Parts: sequence; structure tokens; C-alpha cells
Amino acid sequence: MIALLARDLKLALRAGGGFGLGLAFFLIVIVLVPLGVGPEGALLSRIAPGILWVAALLACLLSLDRIFALDYEDGSLDLLATAPIPLEGVVTMKALAHWLTTGLPLVLASPVLGLLMNLPAAGYGWLVLSLALGTPALSVIGTFGAALTVGLKRGGLLLSLLVLPLYVPTLIFGAEVVKRGAVGQAVETPLLLMAGITAGAAALLPFASAGALRINLR
Amino acid sequence: MDLTVTDLAVARGGLPVLEGVSFTLSPGRALVLRGPNGIGKTTLLRTLAGLQPPLAGQMSLPPEAIAYASHSDGLKATLTVTENLTFWARVFGTGEIGAALETMNLTQLADRHAQNLSAGQKRRLGLARLLVAGRPVWMLDEPTVSLDVDSVALFAGVIRRHLAQGGSALIATHIDLGLPEAEVLDLGPFKARAPGQGGLQGAFDEAFL
Repeated sequence: MIALLARDLKLALRAGGGFGLGLAFFLIVIVLVPLGVGPEGALLSRIAPGILWVAALLACLLSLDRIFALDYEDGSLDLLATAPIPLEGVVTMKALAHWLTTGLPLVLASPVLGLLMNLPAAGYGWLVLSLALGTPALSVIGTFGAALTVGLKRGGLLLSLLVLPLYVPTLIFGAEVVKRGAVGQAVETPLLLMAGITAGAAALLPFASAGALRINLR
Repeated sequence: MDLTVTDLAVARGGLPVLEGVSFTLSPGRALVLRGPNGIGKTTLLRTLAGLQPPLAGQMSLPPEAIAYASHSDGLKATLTVTENLTFWARVFGTGEIGAALETMNLTQLADRHAQNLSAGQKRRLGLARLLVAGRPVWMLDEPTVSLDVDSVALFAGVIRRHLAQGGSALIATHIDLGLPEAEVLDLGPFKARAPGQGGLQGAFDEAFL
């Protein structure tokens, strides 16, 4: 399974691998929003948590359909399904590779982009923490969506429609953490709820994803 | 370890394509599947490899004993020959690829990216995966597509050596592999009857998948 993770990371970093796609999208959105909204510091700080989280979520969504589509097209997925690795392990590694190449860069870049959005100083720690706890759920849920739509031509639209409603709780709680943290309110409740969603998704969804893959490979 | 298949029925897209397929494949033997396009050779191999459930019937070996080589080679264009093969060797837990590269005449291409290989070289790399899988039963779906005459002969030698080491091979092919000792199973007589004439009903839900 480590071999699979290493291969996926290597593929993502090679030419055409899609590493940096989500990060570039995140960067562009956050740079454009202040230009569109105008230079009002107070307004920007008020919308910063929501905009940062929505941009991070859309950036995650952008690369989801690559998770299984490429392996399906070149036949690797069939061969992986007959390999001695359990399919649940395969989808877990796929989700982890997606998070390492998409979610983690977003987490690391978010403080810099928070500056562009005039995020209050108290919010930076919570922004990084909430993204670090929330983006794994986005990757795991997204992997489930990708497993459901693998093999469909142009499944990207269907994938977005399937996955976006499942992203909503993470988005609400994640943005809430940053919003409350920035003004010094208590953040425990939304933070714990979001961490719970991530833990539950990571524990349960690999089984659902593996089941969906088995049916789609028939 | 004999592979015994008893009264197997397989379906593609919810429609039964083959029924009543029975054969035994002993260690050291090769069986060539023949039949017209669409008879269900690939579906039979995928079922035996565990990628889809059979409609009816039994097979005696678990899919873990089977190394399956499909139409597509499962290569990553941006990885080198060595990286592609090392990945599969690690997945199958064998790890050693030098002998497989040597056997499939790929040593000189080891550092080439897979996207720069010719179709026949890609095929040889795909088949080299069988050698690092370390599994006794090979299921080969049209293994010789895009191979030249020399490579077909090379691969026939590889199969013969695998058989001599106690392995076995089930091969779906239209051309002569140069394996006179292989038995031939014509799938024509096993074509599934229509449900109205006593054939099996396809799985109901599969029609919607």
C-alpha cells in the first residue's frame, strides 16, 4: 500500500500530474475576490472566513475526477483490484494521496492568503487548524464520489453534484470555526463537529468506496 | 493445485453470454480459449480473476492464485519502465524485477519513460508484470496483440518456462502462439441460450448498472 501511495505522489509531481492545480485555483480566487469586492478592510475581514473556505472546497473539487479516472482508463484499476491489496486499502491510499497533493498545500498556503483577505490576527491559527482538520474529509468524501462515477464518460459534472451536498456540513462548521476564532468567541462546538465528520468519513467511507468500485468494475 | 471450473455461467452487462462452462486446468498445462468475437472470452477471464461474480457454477481456485493480464497494460506514461515494474513487484510483494526485465528483453529500455515505448514494447512490459506477480495461474487476454514475430516466440518461451515450473496458463487468443502442447477449448458450444429457451435469467439489478 505504501508502494501505491509512493506511486501516486510520484505521478502527481511528474508532468501533467495535476499537483498544484488546486493550489493555483485557491490562489487565483483569493487574489481576485479583494479586487472584485473593493478595498474595504472591514468588509473583507467579515467575509474572509467564508471565502477562504469556499475557495478551498472548490479547489479540492477540481481534482477529484482524476483520482480513479486515469487508473480506470489505462487498466491499472482492474489490475489493482486483482492484486493482493484489499480494495479498501487502495481507496484509502488514493484519498491520502489526494489530500497530500491538494489539501495539505491549501493548509500551508492559507495563512498567506488570509493576509490578502484582511483576516483578523486572531483567526490565522483557527484557519490553519480548521483546514487541517476539514480538508481530509473533503478528500475522503471526494474519493467516494469518484468511486461512484468511475467509468462514466464525462462523469465530472455528476461527481460535483453528488459530492457538493456532502461537503456542506464541513464547509459550515469550518467557516464557523474561523469566523468565531477571528472575533475571539468559543470555537469548541463547530471544531469538534467538524473533526467528528472527518473522523467518521475516514472510518466509514473507504468501505463504501471499495463497494462502489467493485460494482463499477464488473 | 488444479483449477476446476464447474458449470460456470457468466454475464456481461446483465446479459448471460456463456453457460455450462466446465474444464480442468492442471499445473504444467496451458489451455487456449477460442471463439468468435463477443462469445465471452474476456468476460470468462474477468469472472475467474474475481473482477465480477459468476451467474452460476463454481471454480475451485480463489482469485488470489491468479495473475490476470487484460487488454490494457496498466502502465503509467510518466513513469519509467523500471518504476512501472517495481510498483507492481512491490504491490505483489516480490520486489525483484531484474530477472523479469531480462526475460522480456527490456533491460536496455529500463530508464525509458513508458510514453516513449512502442506499442509492442508496452505490451512486453505489461506481460513482464506476470513474472513479478509470482502467482501460479496466468490468465492472458489476447497477450500477443501488437507483438512482433520474435516477441511472440519469446513470450511462448516464457509461458513454456512458467508451465515447466508447475504453473498453468489460460489464454484467450486468435492467433497461433506456437504452443503445440496447449489444449484448445472452443467456447462456441457454451453460448448462453435465450431465457425463453431455458437459459439463465441475467441478474435483474445488473441491467441498471
